[in-house]
Amino acid sequence: MPPALMPMHEWALAEGVVATVEKHARENGLTSVSEVVVVLGELQQVDEEVLSFALENLRTPMLRETRFTFKRLKARLKCRRCGEEWDFSAEGMEEDVSEAIHFLPEMAHVYLKCPKCGSPDFEFSQGRGVWIESIRGAKDE
Amino acid sequence: MSDPRLSVISRRLEGVGRLLAVTSGKGGVGKTVVATCMALGLRDQGFKVGLLDLDFTSPTTHILLGVEGLYPEEEYGIIPPLAHGLRYMSVTHYSLDEPVPLRGVDVSNSLIELLCITRWGELDFLVVDMPPGIGDATLDVVRLIPRLEFLLVSTPSLLAFSSVRRLIRLLKEMGCSMLGLVENMATGGGSPIKKEVEELGLPYLGSIGFDPGLEEAVGDVGRLAETHLYGEVLELARRLASASP
Repeated sequence: MPPALMPMHEWALAEGVVATVEKHARENGLTSVSEVVVVLGELQQVDEEVLSFALENLRTPMLRETRFTFKRLKARLKCRRCGEEWDFSAEGMEEDVSEAIHFLPEMAHVYLKCPKCGSPDFEFSQGRGVWIESIRGAKDE
Repeated sequence: MSDPRLSVISRRLEGVGRLLAVTSGKGGVGKTVVATCMALGLRDQGFKVGLLDLDFTSPTTHILLGVEGLYPEEEYGIIPPLAHGLRYMSVTHYSLDEPVPLRGVDVSNSLIELLCITRWGELDFLVVDMPPGIGDATLDVVRLIPRLEFLLVSTPSLLAFSSVRRLIRLLKEMGCSMLGLVENMATGGGSPIKKEVEELGLPYLGSIGFDPGLEEAVGDVGRLAETHLYGEVLELARRLASASP
């Protein structure tokens, strides 16, 4: 296995995607799933290649033909104190801080501050983590 | 459409025999001390034990255990590091000793994330140090971990117990399993809360006297094990471990 594809934290998220799609398919009487759209919020800095590799390895019979489509979504933060809005960027961030936010995105409140007023009291208006946007499949006629 | 993390939480805990949540409706009653000593006490009886500090905004188990610089290993998720023989997970692995200013929605998200990615492996017991009160974290834990058995902690103070009483009512309404209540920091004489605990239909598990030596043992597990409080919690751990869930 190439080092970039080692069993990282993304595997746990991929397991969540597979289990959720399976559950949705069962509940809705699908016999196969053709496409799953997964949104990757940039705050969590998920490695798309590792996630994709994990999903390939976790395929179940129900997901044999499934195309996984990833949509990256910019992480947008909004200060609850002064209303300032800004985009998250991991560029120039210390590695341990970036890693803490990768594992637990809410750690952003520990290490990031509003660029205008310095408050840690902000919200993630979009792009926090991994989210399933849609699941398409077929039912037996 | 859907949060993929929720589907794997029960799978992450399937190797755990029993889940004990040490909780209180009020802060400052010694919940963290009881939870930590309970985990160490179960370990001392030869069980494989984990300790999960869910008091995200005010975590202190690491101070009591005297550990720092621990970091989870990344392997198909994250593996909690060992602290004095306990599989130990705390937000402080990531926040260090910085303030963690989280609103309710952030507490919920952190809780879900941590439960989704943490691989506890095979454990006999996972002891959870709950945050005080009946806010988002408590409600989420009840929702996400239905197998939890709650151990309630109160002091003899009627102010503390009035909060604990409300928590007991809530947990009852939500159909949660409760092991009983332990009275901490007792100062001698009769218990002012025992009768009421029993009237609420909850086992009164005993009282632990106020232990003036405890403060000096903070951060030193060896000294902690010599305290009067540890002896009392160890005895309680023996009783709880021998009782069926």
